[in-house]
Amino acid sequence: MKFLPDQVVARLQTEMQTPDLSGTRYRALKFLGRGGMGAVWLVEDAVLHRNVALKVLSAESSSADLAVRLMLEAIILARLEHPGIVPVHDAGTLPDGRSFYCMKYVEGQTLDQYIHRLGLRQRLQLIQRIAEPLAFAHSRGIIHRDLKPENIMVGAFGEVLIMDWGLAKVMAVSSVAAPARQVSGHGSTRAVQDSAQSGALAAENPTAHGTVFGTPGYMAPEQERGDVNLIDQRTDVFGLGSILQYIMRDKSGAPRGEALSRPLRAIGNKATAAEISARYSSVQELAADLGKYLDDMPVSAYRENLFERTVRLVNRNRVAVVLVLAYLLMRMLFILFSRK
Amino acid sequence: MAPNPQGDAFPLTRHSVVAAAQGRDPQERVRAMDAITEAYWRPVYKYVRLRWRLEREDAEDFTQDFFSRLLEKDFLASYDPVKGKLRTFLRTCIDRLFLNQTRDAHRQKRGNAAVHVSLDFEEAEHELAASTQSGSPEDYFEKEWVRTLFALAVERLRAQCRSAGKTVQFALFERYDLGDTETRPSYAALAEEFSLAVTDVTNYLAFARREFRRCVLDQLREMTGSEEEFNREAQTLLGVDPK
Repeated sequence: MKFLPDQVVARLQTEMQTPDLSGTRYRALKFLGRGGMGAVWLVEDAVLHRNVALKVLSAESSSADLAVRLMLEAIILARLEHPGIVPVHDAGTLPDGRSFYCMKYVEGQTLDQYIHRLGLRQRLQLIQRIAEPLAFAHSRGIIHRDLKPENIMVGAFGEVLIMDWGLAKVMAVSSVAAPARQVSGHGSTRAVQDSAQSGALAAENPTAHGTVFGTPGYMAPEQERGDVNLIDQRTDVFGLGSILQYIMRDKSGAPRGEALSRPLRAIGNKATAAEISARYSSVQELAADLGKYLDDMPVSAYRENLFERTVRLVNRNRVAVVLVLAYLLMRMLFILFSRK
Repeated sequence: MAPNPQGDAFPLTRHSVVAAAQGRDPQERVRAMDAITEAYWRPVYKYVRLRWRLEREDAEDFTQDFFSRLLEKDFLASYDPVKGKLRTFLRTCIDRLFLNQTRDAHRQKRGNAAVHVSLDFEEAEHELAASTQSGSPEDYFEKEWVRTLFALAVERLRAQCRSAGKTVQFALFERYDLGDTETRPSYAALAEEFSLAVTDVTNYLAFARREFRRCVLDQLREMTGSEEEFNREAQTLLGVDPK
């Protein structure tokens, strides 16, 4: 048996990891990162002369569980056409037997890298923007289940994208299998569901009871317990709430100098409540409460007292209050001087 | 241990030799133990040299004794793949055996072990001197295990290429991927040396790497006790970020 020096072992290990792209339209350029199921590579599409990202399984699984899950992720992404969800271009099997899918290459930073330059207000607005594609996915019966700062990308043009749908759960009844007809009414948009087709996709995406999926620190209690049947869009409310807690906790970057108010803390607490029924019923509701907070309006998560309400009203109508006070002061001075 | 004419490939391809070693068929058990010994004797020998600072001769005796006991005393019967990796189990067995022998202080003369496997310790000593030893002995054991796994896979690939008439592909792989970084030839130089087109060199190397990958995974599958362990190990093995 031939002895392999350290440098050869390291080289072979790298070779083992590099996807075999021979005979495909792709050419490996750079290793980008590693996710739960596989590695992501920057590759060049030789036909269209553009760079794209290739997610490839780390290793073949004889049970094919991972390959099926990767393909499901690709199918889910393909069905979720939204500016906040990375589009998928291609999927298949490489010559070395590994499953892959090809997606848009997003140049940007993950949320945890990006927020350092932002003040609290901008951070909260970012949470509202994350809620948009998430709400869209929920309307199609898809639950992300792995929301965390590392899975949120802010692109070069400031666009916010939710990445890594590898742990996504397809709800039994949803509109994921067919483009939903959008029906507007009462100021909201709801998707008309196609339960027959979505049921088929959901059947391919079963998660056994007791299976724990997610990332510690961002996982909802029902995920930690493996209560698969309890997982619904409020599980993602918890995930988004955890990101909200993270950005409120994070003290890095530019000094914000803004103390966390009780209503804001209450929003975070309501979003990450251990009891499912105590959380916001949807990510839109959470985003709406954040919007009210940003507009100095009362939020649903917190009942303010008379003093707090006065302070908020004063803050909200600062100009008017200053004008009234100035008027009253002038009036008093006028009365005083006119008496002399 | 006699060299395997099949390029060291264990006949139970894509089946766990660990399961075979735990089985009831004595012939299968011996063959499985041969495969396990081949994959692990170098890491074991080097580990005891570093971890317990055994002299060369003592380390040789200990390694012989360890693998003899593995077969005779049916150590592997107590191994449960659900509870951990095979090599962690083996490392624990090594440590326990060494401590027991030290405690008893009347070690039997290990050279008289009933089963005497033929291992090339001279070569292992050279390898030990040639490899860098950073980190703990446990880390070194892991590193040596990967080295042995790859080396066995190279032999497996060599045998497969020979039987499939693809010796050029293997020769290219050996020259380009197994050679020194400093003297590594370019694809163009290889094309000239082997009288091939550069595109052929690219394709032949891609083939050899693809097959090598398969050989590593087959070897790994044999050396693990369950599908879960195989998946876990494959992830660990392929989980190092390429530079």
